[in-house]
Amino acid sequence: MHLTLEFGGGLELLLENSTKVHKVEVPPKDGQATVTMRGLLTWVKDSLIKERPEMFVKGDSVRPGVLVLINDCDWELCGGLDAELEEKDVVVFISTLHGG
Amino acid sequence: MDGSAADGSAADGARLPPPRAGSRLCVRCGERKAALKRPKTLEQICRECFYIVFEDEIHQTIVENSLFKAGERVAIGASGGKDSTVLAYVLSELNRRHNYGLDLFLLSVDEGITGYRDDSLETVKRNEIQYGLPLKIVSYKDLYGWTMDDIVKAIGLKNNCTFCGVFRRQALDRGAALLKADKIVTGHNADDIAETVLLNILRGDIARLSRCTLITTGEDGPIPRCKPFKYTYEKEIVMYAYFKKLDYFSTECIYSPNAYRGFAREFIKDLERMRPRAILDIIKSGENFRISTTTRMPEQGTCGRCGYISSQKLCKACVLLDGLNRGLPKLGIGRTKAGAGADSDGKQRAKRTERNTLSLQGKHGNFDF
Ligand SMILES: [Zn+2]
Ligand SMILES: [Zn+2]
Ligand SMILES: [Zn+2]
Repeated sequence: MHLTLEFGGGLELLLENSTKVHKVEVPPKDGQATVTMRGLLTWVKDSLIKERPEMFVKGDSVRPGVLVLINDCDWELCGGLDAELEEKDVVVFISTLHGG
Repeated sequence: MDGSAADGSAADGARLPPPRAGSRLCVRCGERKAALKRPKTLEQICRECFYIVFEDEIHQTIVENSLFKAGERVAIGASGGKDSTVLAYVLSELNRRHNYGLDLFLLSVDEGITGYRDDSLETVKRNEIQYGLPLKIVSYKDLYGWTMDDIVKAIGLKNNCTFCGVFRRQALDRGAALLKADKIVTGHNADDIAETVLLNILRGDIARLSRCTLITTGEDGPIPRCKPFKYTYEKEIVMYAYFKKLDYFSTECIYSPNAYRGFAREFIKDLERMRPRAILDIIKSGENFRISTTTRMPEQGTCGRCGYISSQKLCKACVLLDGLNRGLPKLGIGRTKAGAGADSDGKQRAKRTERNTLSLQGKHGNFDF
């Protein structure tokens, strides 16, 4: 599944070259037709995050204080971890935890 | 409308999938698709309605607490971070919309931290142009003769936030004085204040506890400070900045090892996930604590050397500077004033007095200023 992932608020620092926007191909889990947010988080943690994964995930979700938007909509309105993604969705992760 | 256009996948499969992005309507206007869930109220609202309620609530806070008077010169403590960037944007918007009659300025402190502050100052310089607000930058180097980089070289990574906090607070006051400002506003948000309430409880710092929820502080000092975001959730500030595409800087201070504060922040965020109201409730708890008459508050005087407000003969910045300049950088930090004894009452008291002279709002990293 083709997805566009965006990292902001300092989360980009956990990625290679601090790149903010990643166009990625995420495979559904074995035997499943779609990718859920839960599956995406695991994939991001395993495939994209280069350092300090604890800044991004906590337990099976994002670290509290990391905002998630699916197609510019708060993921809390879309089912959170159970939200099912669709082809060409844009998922944005923003940390609120970096001060200024 | 039912928003089914975005819901193509809902038809197949017996289990109804969770609602897709854009499938719920705003509870406020009932017309547009909801874009976020407000942590304060759990309402689902659209982007446009969010802008309206977000800005209106800040306006209400400003009006109800009489934060400003027409004709005042107001310095916005601007770090380039999310909170102060959104504050600068919203405040200039509200000033126009509601005719506050304020002269607004951006005031930044250059601590002299290579790769951190120089980048964030670039953001503030862009904000100066974007929002049309005059910018004043005051530097540690000019005020104290030391940059934070120099200080860290002299004292190492431990305790450097003590310096940063004390110096920054004074630097803001001095910058505001140069701007002839009547008031300083800072971007402290509800999450910051809840965190500070918790920290003051954990430290048993009753004097601070009663002060830290005040929306305006320092009315007896040279320049009062206020926090228009006292009731504004961090989540909403970041959402607002994201939707409005505001230009802010987000990297941690490279010298901020304040683990204790970090722990309190994490705890607040965990609570928020379970029950978002917790943040406002902690603030309310903080507000409702009253100081018993037996707790002695430090008396305010002025520093014998630089004239800054101080409860001691010398202000904290001058004590710290003394230490730096004499090659004894530990002077003025922690327990230097107390005897070498164990946990005697005397030591406890000394530590407490010393903390009272430190800035509450000056901790690096998590806080704007
Ligand atoms: Zn609406
Ligand atoms: Zn610091
Ligand atoms: Zn002084």
